[in-house]
Amino acid sequence: MKFGVITFPGSNCDYDAFRTVVDVLGEHAVYLWHKEHDLQNADVVILPGGFSYGDYLRAGAIARFSPIMQEVAAHARRGGPVLAVCNGFQIACEAGLLPGALLRNASLSFLGQPVHIRVENPDTMFTNRYALGQVLTMPIAHGEGRFAADDETLDRLEGEGRVAFRYVDARGGLDDASNPNGSMRAIAGIVSAEGNVLGLMPHPERAVESLLGSHDGLGIFQSMLARVSA
Amino acid sequence: MSRYRVSVHIVPRKGILDPQGKAVADALHTLGFVDVQDARIGRHVVLDVAAATPDAAGDSVRKMCDKLLANPVTEDYEIARVEGLP
Repeated sequence: MKFGVITFPGSNCDYDAFRTVVDVLGEHAVYLWHKEHDLQNADVVILPGGFSYGDYLRAGAIARFSPIMQEVAAHARRGGPVLAVCNGFQIACEAGLLPGALLRNASLSFLGQPVHIRVENPDTMFTNRYALGQVLTMPIAHGEGRFAADDETLDRLEGEGRVAFRYVDARGGLDDASNPNGSMRAIAGIVSAEGNVLGLMPHPERAVESLLGSHDGLGIFQSMLARVSA
Repeated sequence: MSRYRVSVHIVPRKGILDPQGKAVADALHTLGFVDVQDARIGRHVVLDVAAATPDAAGDSVRKMCDKLLANPVTEDYEIARVEGLP
């Protein structure tokens, strides 16, 4: 399978994503510069983490107008998988590929730390290798990760099983102390209405080998491989 | 075409936690400004635009806000001022 990793000016997790695909999964990957208009037949698009355009104005607000985002949107409309991590999640929300927005962390601090997230729906193309309620450990590294949306949107996301992950404690329990950025309803990741776009603030591509402290993120990539090649 | 300087205020929507505003309100309380009931921290954007009339300049900036300058999910904006430039 071929993964296309979009590189914006200011992306800094594009190499991590590329390395996960090529070195850990043994699949194909290409970097796609944001000014290009060609996804080079990538089966999966990754919007990586970073600080595209210096996060000027709002995180992701300017990157969403990069030329290649037209192709990413068309790919998503065709049902193509899009994995949007951290800054990629912010860009996907700004682009309207996912609902809601990511705001300044409630603490106002940049947070770089491992967190626990719980699998809320194991039936998506990104989570089918996990069990319902499974607790995963992945790092976060963001200043603007507080998920916000209006109540109607939050109810719809929950009702349609589109909350993929929630921040929890090590045993899978919900409490304010385990919600690092103050996200509404402790939401860490969501999928689009058609289920083919996943946005999440934690970094699965930084949790793919025991050497990195966790390989819990690998399941997201393996889930995509299982579903897309099937 | 004339030139106009358009000022826009963009602020976090009411009901959405604004941690910067809260931190500033808390600091003001600490300093004795106990009459402060709420603080919201947003952005003030000043744009020089070419337009036929002041209304046209405001309309143009409203479109910019809808498309880029403000996030419709979390922010409100208002055109604070339109002034003619020489």
